[in-house]
Amino acid sequence: MSDSNATPPVNTDPSFLRRIPLAFGTFFSILSEQRFAARVLDLRLPPAPAAPTPAAQAPAAPKPAPRPLKEATPDAALQLLGLLQRDARLVDFAEENLEAFSDADIGAAARVVHAGCRKVLREHFSIVPVVQDPEGSRITLNEGFDAAAIRLTGNVVGTAPFNGSLSHRGWRVAETRLPKLAEQHDAAIVAQAEVEL
Amino acid sequence: MSAPRYAIGIDLGTTHSALAYVDLDAIDGERVDLRVLDIPQLTAPGEVEEPPLLPSFLYLPHADEFSAGALSLPWRDDHDFAVGELARARGATTPIRLVSSAKSWLCHAGVDRRDAILPNDAPEEVSRVSPLEASIRYLAHLRQAWDHAHPEAPLSEQDVTVTIPASFDPVARELTAEAARAAGYEALTLLEEPQAALYNWIQASEGNWRKEVKPGDIILVVDVGGGTSDFSLIAVLEHEGILELHRVAVGDHILLGGDNMDLALAHVVARKLAATGSQLDPWQLRALSYACRAAKERLLSDPELQALPIVVPSRSSKLIGGSIRTELTRDEVTAIILEGFFPQSDITQRPVSKARGGLTRMGLPYAQDAAVTRHLGAFLGRQVGATAELEGFVRPADPDASFLHPTAVLFNGGVFKSDILIERTMATVNGWLAGENAADARILGGADLDLAVARGAAYYSHVRRGSGVRIRGGTARAYYVAVESAMPAVPGMEPPMQALCVAPFGMEEGTEVELPSLLTQDFGLVVGEPVHLRFFGSSVRRQDRMGTMLEFWAPDELQELEEIRATLPPEGRRPGEVVQVKLLAKATETGTLELVAESRSGGERWKVEFNVRGNGQDED
Repeated sequence: MSDSNATPPVNTDPSFLRRIPLAFGTFFSILSEQRFAARVLDLRLPPAPAAPTPAAQAPAAPKPAPRPLKEATPDAALQLLGLLQRDARLVDFAEENLEAFSDADIGAAARVVHAGCRKVLREHFSIVPVVQDPEGSRITLNEGFDAAAIRLTGNVVGTAPFNGSLSHRGWRVAETRLPKLAEQHDAAIVAQAEVEL
Repeated sequence: MSAPRYAIGIDLGTTHSALAYVDLDAIDGERVDLRVLDIPQLTAPGEVEEPPLLPSFLYLPHADEFSAGALSLPWRDDHDFAVGELARARGATTPIRLVSSAKSWLCHAGVDRRDAILPNDAPEEVSRVSPLEASIRYLAHLRQAWDHAHPEAPLSEQDVTVTIPASFDPVARELTAEAARAAGYEALTLLEEPQAALYNWIQASEGNWRKEVKPGDIILVVDVGGGTSDFSLIAVLEHEGILELHRVAVGDHILLGGDNMDLALAHVVARKLAATGSQLDPWQLRALSYACRAAKERLLSDPELQALPIVVPSRSSKLIGGSIRTELTRDEVTAIILEGFFPQSDITQRPVSKARGGLTRMGLPYAQDAAVTRHLGAFLGRQVGATAELEGFVRPADPDASFLHPTAVLFNGGVFKSDILIERTMATVNGWLAGENAADARILGGADLDLAVARGAAYYSHVRRGSGVRIRGGTARAYYVAVESAMPAVPGMEPPMQALCVAPFGMEEGTEVELPSLLTQDFGLVVGEPVHLRFFGSSVRRQDRMGTMLEFWAPDELQELEEIRATLPPEGRRPGEVVQVKLLAKATETGTLELVAESRSGGERWKVEFNVRGNGQDED
């Protein structure tokens, strides 16, 4: 029906549709994992001045131009945000200041957000675990495993095959079904203002 | 027209519509490849999605309400109305522009179904539509969705079955067929929804249904949809070693369904909130009704749960401060749903109906008694003799039975997603059976409750072409016109009325019956002037033949329908001339009933119109 993603080869840049879950996942990982946040921070710093070394290595070869990064069109992101606002009130929730409210009030609102997010995910994505084994089980990664889909952590030394314990099964979006948009549609309006007459 | 490539079935529901189809080139014996069409529809301004169900709602927007192109569909971008999910969502905040339950209006005898009356509480400036027009728009949307997905095989060239409640009267059937033709459907057949549900069960069994039923079985189909409850009885016969299915009875039209149940719960919760000072607006009430439906299904399926929280989100952006939290308890669900809608009633109990107050607003004639089980008991009681004269039926009728004993039950409709409601209904029916020393009925299981009717209809479109079992039965009612007795006038007394049978029970589609000519009950029609005849239907008088004249009948044997009208065109005659005519009844291939007036002198025929005028309104 819509774009579906088979596992892409390891080295290609992830497509836009794959970057949506990646962006969300990264967002939550930054919040919950301090070390991960530190690594992202590194990524965001200007690249270290490593220029002298390559110059010494290959003086003759012209320096390969860095591959230009793809510019994501914001439409699909805005559309998803619109869906999350419409069904889950996500923007309302995130924009509100929690301090004035009791946990019971926040809990009540969280039910709306949770039920709505789940509806959006179920309706617009088919999400399957990257690894089918139960979490906590021992698994073996053979040479050539998909490093984009599986992240090694902890004592990362030696060569494949790697044996380890599965701490998170991962999620892969197998299918994305976003609404089609009319040509003139302004996706930046993620929630219309409402005026009752 | 080339040979059809697909057999299509359409469930034109009160709250949802769906389209299923069979690829006729890919049939392998009893296995057919049944698919459901995803229906592109607006879900928000400028956004088109493709869910399998089309909500049967129509929204008539204000000229300034949507920006240009916001109502574009893949096949058309200049719509000035919306059908489907967007219509439903918009209508929740602006109900004065929402047309809903058009199907219930289509069979509402108290109004003119061709008159632009919907939404019935809209202010003057909203240009209203007729119930017929609303149905046309839903059917046209489905046709366009199909044609968009299958440009090589347009719907007008395929065999199409559209489903209707078994309880639809001849007028509502005729109007449904008219709506379909106006929406561009050509090879059209109508099918009763409970039959469609049974066809779906047969198809899903891939041939095993022959092992699950046996001659002598009586299958009760209980179909409780979003807006209506519909019952049918289907008997299983054996003829020369082959199983046959006969639909022997259908129930009355009962406007009672799952939406009533969700709304009932929502009102109870809203009252609870009102007691604590929170008033809900209509939008919040709808949100509450959805939340109650979800909570109801969980509470009815998990005996461990005692209560579930319900949150009604605020309409403003202050989600946390403005939302209202409450809960729905098991006791409330049990009291309202189980005891209110599915009480373990006694078989002798009949639905309560009280006279309506003198001043009622024009609206739908909702069932006054909410108990589905009492309506079911009344149906089985009334149909106690349904199989008595069925030729070849092996189970002898029990002379002491006070109701017809079903041996198997097929459930249909979204309400029965809650197993506990199936259990309660079965317990009630089996309680009645045990009371008359009859064996328990069993459940015929395993249907997709949302899509069974559309799928069954598609399967029927396929078997109509000549392969596979077909449910027989013909028309489910006998029809009568009123004839005044010739007797001396008695002051203060209306002349007694007799009823003349003009269409017998069980007319198979494609047959024609003529009123015997030796009878003197001819009708004199005045040229150019419409003649109105009182019209009656009976779902129990199976023995009456064409021309049978009834002097007496029990009060619940005959139900008065709308008047019918015969008008002779003035061409070629003197105005005021009286022409003697006789009546003929025709059950058409499409599934509608036609009455024809034929002149005594022979030759000329005129269609008798089922008068679609409302009470007391007349265009002449």
